[in-house]
Amino acid sequence: MNAFNIVETLPKNLNPNLSLPQEHAPQEQVPQEHLLKLENLSISYSGRRAVKEVSFDIHKNKITSIIGPSGCGKSTLLRSINRMNDFIPDVTVEGTLSYNGQDLYGENVDPVEVRRKIGMVFQKPNPFPKTIYKNIAWGPSINGYGESIEELVERSLKQAALWNEVKDRLHESALSLSGGQQQRLCIARALAMAPDILLMDEPCSALDPISTAHIEDLLFELKAQYTIVIVTHNMQQAARVSDYTAFMEMGDLIEFGETQQIFTRPDNKRTEEYVTGRFG
Amino acid sequence: MDNTLKNRHRKAKLFELLCALVTWLGVALLAVLIIQVCIDGFKWLDMQFITSFPSRFPYKAGIKSALMGTLWLISLVAFISIPIGVATALYLEEFMRKGRISRLIELNISNLAGVPSIVYGIIGLAIFVRGLGLERSLLSGALTMSLLILPVIIIASREAIKTVPNSIRYAAYALGATRLQTAWSHILPAASPGILTGIILSLSRAIGETAPLIMIGALTYVAFVPEGPMDAFSALPIQIYNWVSRPQQEFHELAAAAIIVLLAVLMILNATAIFIRHKTEQTLK
Repeated sequence: MNAFNIVETLPKNLNPNLSLPQEHAPQEQVPQEHLLKLENLSISYSGRRAVKEVSFDIHKNKITSIIGPSGCGKSTLLRSINRMNDFIPDVTVEGTLSYNGQDLYGENVDPVEVRRKIGMVFQKPNPFPKTIYKNIAWGPSINGYGESIEELVERSLKQAALWNEVKDRLHESALSLSGGQQQRLCIARALAMAPDILLMDEPCSALDPISTAHIEDLLFELKAQYTIVIVTHNMQQAARVSDYTAFMEMGDLIEFGETQQIFTRPDNKRTEEYVTGRFG
Repeated sequence: MDNTLKNRHRKAKLFELLCALVTWLGVALLAVLIIQVCIDGFKWLDMQFITSFPSRFPYKAGIKSALMGTLWLISLVAFISIPIGVATALYLEEFMRKGRISRLIELNISNLAGVPSIVYGIIGLAIFVRGLGLERSLLSGALTMSLLILPVIIIASREAIKTVPNSIRYAAYALGATRLQTAWSHILPAASPGILTGIILSLSRAIGETAPLIMIGALTYVAFVPEGPMDAFSALPIQIYNWVSRPQQEFHELAAAAIIVLLAVLMILNATAIFIRHKTEQTLK
């Protein structure tokens, strides 16, 4: 259970006085591929701005975490990436959000198409009240998946590290699973669509520590194939799993950078106060 | 202090007793009604009663045409009102933009549910019987009855659809589903127990309604079984109404027997629905 080992090494990393290096480590040498580019992105609900002119890049095959106190706009920002905010009335999005160079809020962009490419896992596990098998098979089948769905179900469940626990009960209701298993099922369901990006909105906040560790282990493995953006309330989690961290407060992006840097020698005072637990 | 707590407990107990009392009052009234009907009508209830046409001689009279008329009517009503009602509810809840217009429609549907049934009879007479020239046919009756129960089906279906948690919708949308795919595969199945309940309640109402049928001119004496939706018809409530209004005691007892049959049809319908609902709920668990 490697997530537990990381827990033990954490306090050191979290204390800025202990691990502050003498000089700035050299910045990333190889230019990273930007899959998503946020430029002056603002999101308002009925005129009230929840996200204010946020700009940063999301790198391919990396985990980017968005942290910040409740109500800072981090979930709103996340939901705007796969256009889930479209379902909330009176939402306006300004600025640009480009995915592979294409503006996701452009004129002829079909939000349904966007959601096929950019998957999402929600805060509370939300399996369909159907069998485990159907939970995974439904998404690909409505999108005209041509190959064997059975293999896809098995592959997705294996990717989500759930296969061994459910392989003998695929046709039982998904609601019979535990909370942690349900959340991994939701991850498997999203993976079955073979998304480019996986968005996770506090995926562990409703789970116990063991299930959380399972999911964090999983994130490390998924990184090889997917680009992941995770919103989390849990600072240790952000420090453990992510490569990049964005810190938001009151709708503003306070700081964005490599996770190591954000947690050990943040440029901004507020970031430092937040990651060391002085507020929030 | 102690005293007030005791008082509160006493009040709670009293309230509970009162609730139990009114509950059992309702049950008792129903029981008295059914027993009375059975005492009057049971002796008339035989195959001859079910397979004979009405007659002016009580010993020869039966309900064949009325029973068949009711079965025809209820099938047609179900066929017309269920798709329209459920589709309307789905559109209002899932597709239509929420705003002034949707609220206006909602308010009006609620109002329609409270309109007396005789008014629907007048509308049916004007539109279906005269306007569209459907005459006093089963189709006219079924369309009129459908109008009558549509508001109830729509309201019940909307309530059922509202209880489907948003998390299920979002889960489907996040997989790149369209609104239609989401509604068809997830919202309707999840809402189906509630929708079924609404359908049953309203169909039960349609079975017992008499006024609109009288208004559109359903026949009271029919010596044939309807063979298609354009045929003239009678129905059980009409037959019962007709028999009750005769002076002879025998006909009153025949009416009681017909009521027993009507109640039986109703119970079979309800039992089927409860069975289906139970089945769908099982698969959801």
